[in-house]
Amino acid sequence: MVGRVVKRVYLYLIFLFLYAPIVMLVVYSFNESRSMGRWSGFTLKWYTELFKDTEVLHALYNTLAIAVLSAVIATIIGTSAAIGIHEMKRVKKAIVMNLTYLPVINPDIVTGVSLMLLFVFTKPFTGMGLGFFTMLLAHITFNIPYVILSVMPKLKQLDRHIYEAALDLGATPSYALRKIVIPQIMPGILTGFLLAFTLSIDDFVISFFTTGSGVSNIAIYVYSMARRGVNPKINALSTIMFITVLALLLIVNKRMSKDNSKVKESV
Amino acid sequence: MRKTWYAYPYLVWMAIFIVIPLFLLLFYAFTVTTEEGIKFTLQHIKRVWEPIYLMVLLRSVLLALICTVVCLVIGYPVASILASKEYSHNKVLALLLVIPMWINFLVRTYAWMSLLGRNGLIDIVMDFLHLPPVQLLYTDHAVVLGMVYNFLPFMVLPIYSVLTKMDKSIIEAAEDLGADYATVLKRIVIPLSLPGVISGITMVFMPAVTTFIISRLLGGGQYILIGNLIEQQFIVVGDWNFGSAISFVLTVIILISMGIMRKYDREYEGGAIW
Repeated sequence: MVGRVVKRVYLYLIFLFLYAPIVMLVVYSFNESRSMGRWSGFTLKWYTELFKDTEVLHALYNTLAIAVLSAVIATIIGTSAAIGIHEMKRVKKAIVMNLTYLPVINPDIVTGVSLMLLFVFTKPFTGMGLGFFTMLLAHITFNIPYVILSVMPKLKQLDRHIYEAALDLGATPSYALRKIVIPQIMPGILTGFLLAFTLSIDDFVISFFTTGSGVSNIAIYVYSMARRGVNPKINALSTIMFITVLALLLIVNKRMSKDNSKVKESV
Repeated sequence: MRKTWYAYPYLVWMAIFIVIPLFLLLFYAFTVTTEEGIKFTLQHIKRVWEPIYLMVLLRSVLLALICTVVCLVIGYPVASILASKEYSHNKVLALLLVIPMWINFLVRTYAWMSLLGRNGLIDIVMDFLHLPPVQLLYTDHAVVLGMVYNFLPFMVLPIYSVLTKMDKSIIEAAEDLGADYATVLKRIVIPLSLPGVISGITMVFMPAVTTFIISRLLGGGQYILIGNLIEQQFIVVGDWNFGSAISFVLTVIILISMGIMRKYDREYEGGAIW
């Protein structure tokens, strides 16, 4: 009994630690004064100002566009790669998997600067300067390995006989892939996608090195305010994002538990 | 089904965006541009070992080690509680560990600045308890705190995922055979969770060594870590050769420590974070 209380208190403390800065952001997004740490009355002005600030909105657009695009593209390339790698022979597979771990293991900053070198180096040939597109390419690159690493375990669990049975029953390989393999590895694909999206939203270092002047995401925008102190508009923006994510997760979770109970009932 | 060609787009992509850039890094790290053209040199690599830079490197490794140990000590119990019977049905709790990451980590680090700073939450609590105020911001403690805050989920999630997959009947069998709680923990749970611990350590240690934002914001920029040094060389000084040389040395150090880690864990599958 005591153990149970200790466990609960410990969890509360950890979540308090993880959420303290977020609570801080939410509370001070309603603060009259600019400074965090001094409460001087409730206001909604930062929210209205946020929607008038085109620079912040543009940064938000870049962040979301890159997160969605890079997650989608990385999921497609990564899932296809995982299926291919799964079929490879031992030695080849080992080599490719080591290549896959490389960006995961390599420090962000090294990935960032090496990609920057590539983009600067190839600019005379491709005419592509640092900006939105290079940042997108960089995000896809660091996202793909995470998708592969999420899909691979599901492929290992896959029962090969079902696929073979489908072929015996006259399914073409691509039809069997669509109808048998993909649905079974779907949970892995979805976690891969979500992981990619989260990593892209949270990234600063790689974006910092692979973007050019004028193109910023939220992280870079916040970093550029370093000397002036954080504008409360950012608190307001973070609050909106946080509430959106929380609401989405709660809805998804509720729907999933509903589906689960349906499955249980039918069994 | 021999569909190995499904991997080809990926291989082409990684060749262009991972392999070639790393060769470019090598190229910059080992060459110098003189009037006679580009020449091979070891001077940049040698420079990394000058005492002033070596100290920066050692300091970064030390801070990252402290951060990793703290994350392990705090995070292991979190993972085991979340995976235990009372909570294992509750996936929302595990999700709650990930949600903070959706607020960009820079924004969260800024929030910590005001929590730790003058008149921040810590000051208010200390004042309330009639204790003298502590200056936390711009110290080593603040840097470690910021690192632990940012990387803790990366320690908890891999351990959690290994623990939830663990066959609970083994533990019951041990208990039936008369093992007490400590023995079960020592002989069964910890050894079986080792793969998760190893990937947790890697997931925390690697980014902790190279962080340059946390040390800049919470350390007040007075502590230069290896990440700051690299960033400075590329962005401020413009010495790409030296910057590449540091990055190269760092990568080698990390690959070597990965190799050592892998030795202790034969079943290593890495990246099994979720």
